Amino acid sequence: MLWASGHGAGGGACLGLATRGFGLGARTSRKTGAVGVRVYAVVAAGGFRRYATYRVATAAGVFTNTVFGFIVAYTFTALWDERPQLGGYDLSQAVTYVWIGQALLMTTAMMGGGFENELMERIRTGDIAIDLYRPADLQLFWLASDLGRAAFHLLGRGVVPMALGALAFDLALPADPLVWVAFLCAVALGVVVSFAIRFLVALSAFWLLDGAGVAQITWLVGLFFSGMVLPLTLFPGGLGALAQVLPWSALLQIPADVLLGKHTGWGLVQAYGFQLGWAAVLLTAGRLLQSVATRRVVVQGG
Amino acid sequence: MESDFIALDGVEKVFDVRRRTGRLRREKTRVRAVDGISFTVPRGEMVGYIGPNGAGKSTTIKMLTGILTPSGGRVRVAGIDPARERTRLARHIGVVFGQRTTLWWDLPLRDSYRLMHRMYRIPDDRFKANMARCVEQLDLGELLDVPVRQLSLGQRMRGDIAAALLHDPEVLYLDEPTIGLDVISKAKVRDFLRDLNAERGTTVLLTTHDLTDIEQLCKRVMVIDHGRLVYDGALAGLHEVGESERTLVVDLERELPPVEVAGARVLKVEGPRQWLAFPASVSAAPLVAAVAQRYPLVDLSVREPDIEAVIAKMYADRSAL
Repeated sequence: MLWASGHGAGGGACLGLATRGFGLGARTSRKTGAVGVRVYAVVAAGGFRRYATYRVATAAGVFTNTVFGFIVAYTFTALWDERPQLGGYDLSQAVTYVWIGQALLMTTAMMGGGFENELMERIRTGDIAIDLYRPADLQLFWLASDLGRAAFHLLGRGVVPMALGALAFDLALPADPLVWVAFLCAVALGVVVSFAIRFLVALSAFWLLDGAGVAQITWLVGLFFSGMVLPLTLFPGGLGALAQVLPWSALLQIPADVLLGKHTGWGLVQAYGFQLGWAAVLLTAGRLLQSVATRRVVVQGG
Repeated sequence: MESDFIALDGVEKVFDVRRRTGRLRREKTRVRAVDGISFTVPRGEMVGYIGPNGAGKSTTIKMLTGILTPSGGRVRVAGIDPARERTRLARHIGVVFGQRTTLWWDLPLRDSYRLMHRMYRIPDDRFKANMARCVEQLDLGELLDVPVRQLSLGQRMRGDIAAALLHDPEVLYLDEPTIGLDVISKAKVRDFLRDLNAERGTTVLLTTHDLTDIEQLCKRVMVIDHGRLVYDGALAGLHEVGESERTLVVDLERELPPVEVAGARVLKVEGPRQWLAFPASVSAAPLVAAVAQRYPLVDLSVREPDIEAVIAKMYADRSAL
């Protein structure tokens, strides 16, 4: 296994959230007005602090990320010694890719484990009912919460492994602060795409009641197609081409390539466009599914 | 609008339930969870809404919050059609589900209130005033900085009730607010609700299995069973509808064969003591007189039927139909 988990804020985390009356409500929400932006700021801050609460879990996660980072970095070193320029990366870029992967593993939730377990649990138990009578939008609410979580994971689980990796290996990190800014933008977009996928997965619980199976398949697929196992540029022919157009490449492959300076100028715009396009498509799909699903809110447990 | 602040008119909710009957075959059955309910609740009233499990209580509450759309009939809360304008209604109502929480599990109680502040766009001064009132009356002062997961059930429930009230709802739906609470916590919650209703005129619809809640809080009670309203009136009136019986216990001078008087039957004889049942709706005086006249009476007492027995009997009778 190339990845490590250890997030702590799972449990029975409960938070009422809400949706605007969907379906019927699409019409009425215009009249009543959406909730202010500030509620989502509070939700994002809450998402951040919920994960920040579990310090020991975070420390354990950082440790594991670092250990796996070392293992994979040495493996890649051996591989690139045999096949220099594999996938278009030189050795130091390949090792950098490993540490970016470790830093973003939790941030863009490549292996899942964010809000979706909680949301599925709420759907299964019927707690979703309380979430529906409040004046906030279900999808935006969870998006805000997930952005807060991602911000914490970037700082709490990303910075330290990356710094330790940089101490131990010769990493190809850019000196230009603008590249770092461009990287952070790509990460943010990656989080949104990741959220949109997981939101769809979570909503499947409305039909399946237990969405764990779907979730597991999605994580496996996601881990592979995000480029966490190996950079997607390594895969030959059709598989490589397919992997690079699937939404998961927005989670790691694209942010990593931005930091490694593979996307600049117009190429950077195209990369962002790719991420934005998937985000728009998947968020819209989530929205449609939500409107169908909330009409289905049935009496789970009276 | 004041007299029919909450109004239901012939409300129905039908669910299609698919049941597996064979390997691939599925049978669709229609379940009428709510089957033609009509009632009104005037502003400021506190009403108990009771019924056995699966009677349709929660379904009714869900239609009143707008998260379920009725299959038929008409619902209005504060003049709003809940299913159509759920978001607008949300600002007028507060909901507490005893077995569920709206609080942020991992974070201090205070953070959940901050969320309510923004979500319901409560003006700062109102928020402060309401917080101060809830903290004082629900005794939350020391709990504000404690993560919700560390709260006891009673503390969490008080926290949830406060969360439902910060935006000054005109209607409060309470679904089992005292479930699992100890006696002291129950009393605290009841006192708070009584004050809320008296001081702020909040309309309260209370669903519970604990009839003491109803006895202490509600003058009016509605009983629902199999999706229909089977009783709507004063708590005391339930006795008549439930065809309940009172018991006259008589102590005679000595052991005698069962007493024979009109309008009563003997339930039990134990030495000189006998138990006579008679309808709760009639006066005990003529019966006492008749017994005293014909038998050597030493002492007597009348026992009221307890409300739980009455309701249990009501449920049983309807199930037998």
